Amino acid sequence: MAWFRKDKKPLKSEDRRDLPPDVFDKCKGCGEILYAEKLAQNLQVCPSCGHHFRLPAERYVEILLDEGSFEEIDEGLHSEDPLQFNDLKPYKERLTAAEEKVGRRSAVLAGTGTLESLGVILAVMDFRFIGGSMGSAVGEKIARAGRTALDRKEPLIIVSASGGARMQEGIYSLMQMAKTSTVLAALHEAGLPYISLITDPTTGGVTASHAMLGDVNLAEPGALIGFAGPRVITETIGQELPDGFQRAEFLLKHGMIDRVVDRRELKTTLGVLLRHMIA
Amino acid sequence: MTLAGSPRLDFERRLIEAQEQIDELVASAERSGFDVSEELNELKKKLNDLKESTYQNLTPMEQVQVARHPDRPYTLDYIERIFTNWIELHGDRTFRDDEAIVGGWAALGGTSVMVIGHQKGRHIKENLRRNFGMAHPEGYRKALRLMQQAEKFGRAVITFIDTPGAYPGLGSEERGIAQAIAVNLREMARLKVPLVSVIIGEGGSGGALGIGVTDRILIMEHAVYSVISPEGCAAILWHSRDFKEEAAAALKITSKDLLALGVADEIIAEPPGGAHSDWDAAAASVKEALERTVSELGRVKTDRLRKTRWAKYEAMGVWGESAPETPPDAS
Ligand SMILES: [Zn+2]
Repeated sequence: MAWFRKDKKPLKSEDRRDLPPDVFDKCKGCGEILYAEKLAQNLQVCPSCGHHFRLPAERYVEILLDEGSFEEIDEGLHSEDPLQFNDLKPYKERLTAAEEKVGRRSAVLAGTGTLESLGVILAVMDFRFIGGSMGSAVGEKIARAGRTALDRKEPLIIVSASGGARMQEGIYSLMQMAKTSTVLAALHEAGLPYISLITDPTTGGVTASHAMLGDVNLAEPGALIGFAGPRVITETIGQELPDGFQRAEFLLKHGMIDRVVDRRELKTTLGVLLRHMIA
Repeated sequence: MTLAGSPRLDFERRLIEAQEQIDELVASAERSGFDVSEELNELKKKLNDLKESTYQNLTPMEQVQVARHPDRPYTLDYIERIFTNWIELHGDRTFRDDEAIVGGWAALGGTSVMVIGHQKGRHIKENLRRNFGMAHPEGYRKALRLMQQAEKFGRAVITFIDTPGAYPGLGSEERGIAQAIAVNLREMARLKVPLVSVIIGEGGSGGALGIGVTDRILIMEHAVYSVISPEGCAAILWHSRDFKEEAAAALKITSKDLLALGVADEIIAEPPGGAHSDWDAAAASVKEALERTVSELGRVKTDRLRKTRWAKYEAMGVWGESAPETPPDAS
């Protein structure tokens, strides 16, 4: 991209008509057209308004862990189709499509690594994989990350992003909430830190299990975090929801999370916390 | 209780008609003084057969309707019939008393236990109070407080599950419904006393699980347990609530499904015509199952009890594993 220069002014939408779409991103926060490369350098945070774009799981590995320290675990863990679920499209097909799109076998990327030289276990959920929904493979992978933390006596960090339960796995998906919480109970009793980082969006069964169970719960600015989705609540109560409802700042105000942390300060924040707890 | 008045559900119509035939015969016999006992017995037998065949051949969505039947016994109806010395306890000690979940001490046989359950209302007024059995965070926090009290005194915990789900509203979210449920899941895993749950009607998703992480899960024959309501699932995956029949079947939510999937440990048989046609008989079956289960778990050492519970939940689900090198369907 020889023509790309850092000092260029942001473009208006009409200017970008004939340009390749992957070069620009429109900010959902302020509507500004941003250079993709510049945005990436800024960890997908809008330089104008601070809006945090959603990230694929592997980007959190880059952001949080020391370079080259990540070793993936349970890469081949994947979903089966225990109920042979078939709605408008067979579940199997949805899985294949998701695996192709995301290039991973499940909605979680997990592994060991170091954060500011501290050994940690990191599990990151990926919203692109069937909405980050939690079925057996996701629950199992998170549980194994927890067990790895227990075995190695190291802190666990889970980055959540999920629309909730994987409906196509029926009751098994509900049971994953109990599974991840059970492993976190063991971690809790072993005196090991668990830090939950909640990103946009995290709702349903994931919020009501591991996402809310951190010794410290952190959230990215503006992240939608809730149990019921906003539409369900609107339908139930029959009125409009207040501004900022179920956003990270709302949860901070209501005492559900410890801090709202800018993505560019995540690693430092986690380092400070973990050293207070264990180093 | 017997079926009375107008049929509540479509498939109950035939049963109502058969019952009306019997009532008519009895009335005419009373007027005429004739002995109709032979005919009466035959009609009664026919009605019973009809009840059995109807209730054994319900579609998954019909099971959901029975599970939600407005005449079905609720938690307090079971408590009244199963336990003695029931004393209800109130409040989460932080915000308020959520009447969508009830709890308190009771005796099962000669043994004191903590009983907790979702409570639906039978009439509009009571449902306003009970919020249709849909609890707010404080309901789950009250439940946990009582479970920890049971642990303090070394008593078993019995939970009755019957809810469409946790309440999706403003206050619920503000006060952290997700956090309340999450903490219950973790803390129920940790409790050092036996935990038994009975799904008596609707096992609605996280709202059910919030008091449902237990050593044994018993389910009434016509109860259901699901990650989402068939209507909600149909709306999302089929883009229309009209596909609730399909969703109910696909989700595998009946007692038989749950037993086959290894989530439920035991099905409690209901009287012919369902629990709502004979509350006492239904309660007697639940009582028998509870006494047996609680006494069995009572003999297990605490360490072993918790280990078994953890192992059970850690094994839940079906997943696959392949060599790390395998690219995702690269062909
Ligand atoms: Zn912006």
